[in-house]
Amino acid sequence: MTTEWTHKDLLDVKDLSREEIELVLETAKSFKEVSARDVKKVPALRGKTVVMLFFENSTRTRASFELAAKRLSADTINISAGGSSLSKGETVLDTARNLEAMNIDAIVVRHPSSGVPDVLARHLKAVVINAGDGCRAHPTQALLDLFTIKEKLGKIDGLKVGIVGDILHSRVARSNIWGFNKLGARVTVCGPSTLMPPGVEKLGIKVTNDIDELIRESDVLMLLRLQKERQENQFLPSVREYAKRFGVNQERLKQAKKDIVIMHPGPTNRGVELSAEVADGEYSVILDQVTNGVAVRMAVLYLLLGKGKSKVEEGNV
Amino acid sequence: MSLLIKNAIIINADRMHKEPQDILIEKGTIVKIGKGISADGTKVFDAAGKLVFPGLIDMHVHLREPGREDKETIETGSRAAAKGGFTTVLCMPNTTPVIDNAMIVEAILKEARRVGLVNVIPVGAITRGQNGEELTDMFELKQAGCLALSDDGKTVGNSRLMRLAMEYSRMTGLFLIEHCQDPDLWCKGVMNEGDVSTVLGLKGDPGISETVIVGRDIELARYLNARIHLAHMSLKRSVELIRFAKSQGIAVTAEACPHHFTLTDEAVKTFDTNTKVNPPLRTREDVDAIKEGLKDGTIDCIVTDHAPHTAEEKEMDYDHAPYGMIGLETAVGLTVTELVEKKVLSWTQMAERMSAAPARIAGLANKGVIREGADADITIIDPEKVWEVRKEDIVSKSKNSPFIGRKLKGAVVTTIYGGKITYQSS
Repeated sequence: MTTEWTHKDLLDVKDLSREEIELVLETAKSFKEVSARDVKKVPALRGKTVVMLFFENSTRTRASFELAAKRLSADTINISAGGSSLSKGETVLDTARNLEAMNIDAIVVRHPSSGVPDVLARHLKAVVINAGDGCRAHPTQALLDLFTIKEKLGKIDGLKVGIVGDILHSRVARSNIWGFNKLGARVTVCGPSTLMPPGVEKLGIKVTNDIDELIRESDVLMLLRLQKERQENQFLPSVREYAKRFGVNQERLKQAKKDIVIMHPGPTNRGVELSAEVADGEYSVILDQVTNGVAVRMAVLYLLLGKGKSKVEEGNV
Repeated sequence: MSLLIKNAIIINADRMHKEPQDILIEKGTIVKIGKGISADGTKVFDAAGKLVFPGLIDMHVHLREPGREDKETIETGSRAAAKGGFTTVLCMPNTTPVIDNAMIVEAILKEARRVGLVNVIPVGAITRGQNGEELTDMFELKQAGCLALSDDGKTVGNSRLMRLAMEYSRMTGLFLIEHCQDPDLWCKGVMNEGDVSTVLGLKGDPGISETVIVGRDIELARYLNARIHLAHMSLKRSVELIRFAKSQGIAVTAEACPHHFTLTDEAVKTFDTNTKVNPPLRTREDVDAIKEGLKDGTIDCIVTDHAPHTAEEKEMDYDHAPYGMIGLETAVGLTVTELVEKKVLSWTQMAERMSAAPARIAGLANKGVIREGADADITIIDPEKVWEVRKEDIVSKSKNSPFIGRKLKGAVVTTIYGGKITYQSS
C-alpha cells in the first residue's frame, strides 16, 4: 500500500480518506498477531511517552489504549479528572500545556465536551488522539468496528449496516457513520424519534423507527448503550418501553439474515438494548471488538508516533 | 467649549446632504449648520472625505459593573463604546447585584458621568433579581434614570407575569425589552440546533425557543395594546412574525446584532469559544432574512449585545465557556462591510438603524439626528478605510471577539459626545 499517514493527530474519522482508514486497518492486522504471541511486546515506540488524559469515566477504552501503548514499548501515565488540577480551576488547555512541558509525545484524551481534542491539537506539539469527545467523535471505536466487520465478513463495501439506539447522544454512531460512508457501506439509523439528531439523514444515511424491518435487511447490527438518564430527562417514557420496542432478543433475531453480525461498543445494558442470549450468542462479535480494539489502537499509535513521524524526521535531515 | 466641523457630508436618517456643510457646536449643542461658517477662536475639525453621522446609539450592551469588573468596567466599556462610534449605550441589568433598584441605577450613572465618554443609560430589571417572580419597583427605576426594563440574559418565562409587567410598565412610560428564549425549549443549548450541531455533537438550541416567545409577546402586546421591544433577533421565522405583527399595527420593535448578520453556525466548527453566543449563530437562511429585515425596517435597529468575558473563561471547553462576544469596536466596520458595501443598507438607512431608530425607541428626543438644537453627539466615519481587527487594538477589557483577524471596510475616525471629542483615531 502506498498511502502514507500525514495527520499529526487523530480527531475524527470524518477527517480521514478511505485510503487512510484502510491503512489503519491493514496496520492493525499485523499488530493483532503481536497480541497473540507469548511475549506481547514490540519495541516500535520505545522511549515515547503517552499520557492518558481522561475527564470522563472509562474502563475499557483506557485499558485498551494503555495496553496498546505498552505492547509497543511506550511509557504511559494516567491522569483522570478527579485527581488532576482541573478540579482546582485549571483549564483543559492549561493542564495539557503543563503536560507537554514534561516532553510527552502523545495525549490520548477523553472529554465530555465536543471539540476539546481539536483545541488541544491546535495548541500542542504533541500528538493528540481523541478517545471520545462529547457526543461528537470516537474515532478508534469506529476503526475497530470496521476492522471487526472486515475480519468477519471480508468486506465493508455494499454492506447494509443498522445502528440502533440513542443516536442523538452517540459519538460512536457519528464516527461510525463517517467510517461506513467512506468505505461504501449503507447505513440506516434506528431509534426513538426524540433521540434522533435533527437532519441526520443529510449525512447520507436512512432513518427508521422500525427495528424489525431493519433486522430483516441488515448485514450488521450495531446496538448502542441506552443511558438510563434519558428517561429521567424525559426523552423516553420508560426504559421498559424502549426495551420492548427497540431491544434486540432471540425472537426478533429469527427474522435476520443467517450471517448477521451483532455489535455493541460496550458496556452493554443486558435486557435493555439487547438480551443476554443475543450478547453471548452466535452472531455476537462484542468480545472480538474488544480484542481488536487493542490492535487498532496499536496501529493508530504506531502510525502517529512511530513510522509516520520517523519518515518526516528522515526527510528533514 | 465650542467646536467647528468643516466640510461635513451629513448623513441623517431622512436625508444625505450631497453638499458639504459646516457644523458649529457650542456647549454640547449643535447651534448652526450651513456653508462657510467661521468662528474665531473655535477649534476646527476638517471632515473632508468623511461621512458625518448623528452619534450612534447601542441599545444593548453589558458593562459588567458592578460585580464583574474583571470582564469590563463602566470606564473600559465607555472607552470601547467611544472607539466604536457610540455616544449613547443602554446597559443591561444582569450585573451583580442586578440593576433592580434606584441605588444601583444612580451608582452606575454617577460612575458613567465621572468617566464622561458616553451617555450610559441603565436598563432596569423587569423582575427583582431577574428571578422571574416579582416585578421591580418600576416607578422608582424610572425616576432614577432608566428608560427601559429587561430581564436580559433570561426570558420572563411566566407568561402571566409578563402580561402584568406590560400593563404595569405602560403606566410608568418605561418600555420592555424581551430576551426571547423559552427556557425549557432552549435547554441550555450551546449552538444552533441543526445540521451543524448534529455533526459536532453539541447541544442545540432549537430556533423555536426564540420564536415561541416572539409569538407570545406579540400576542400579549396586541391584547394589551402595549409596546414590546424584542432583543437580538436571530431567525428568519422571527423576522416573519415581526413583519406580520407590524402589518397588523401591533407596537413591536426589534433589534439585531452584527454577528447575526455576518456569521453562521458553520463558524462553530472550529470550536472557537468566541463563536459561542446567545442566541446562537444561525444558518445562512437566517442571516439573509435578518439582512432583509434590516433593509425593509422589520428590524428597527442594530445593537451589539457587547458581552465581555475573560480569556480564562473563554479558554474553557465549548460546553462550559460563557455565552457572548464583545461588539462595540467592530459594529461600524461590520455594518459597512456586510450591509452598506453589499447594498443591503444605504448610508441613510445605516443612520436610521444605528442612531435615529434607537433614539426614537428609547425616547431620546434630541439625539439620533444632526440638526440645529440637537445634542452635539456626532460620529465621523471614513467609508473607504480598510482595517484589520487586531487583538492588541481592542480597548475593551475583554478580547472575546470571533472577528479578530478579519478585514473590515469603514472605520470610525472621530466620536463627539456632548460636544466633546471622546475618540480620535490615530
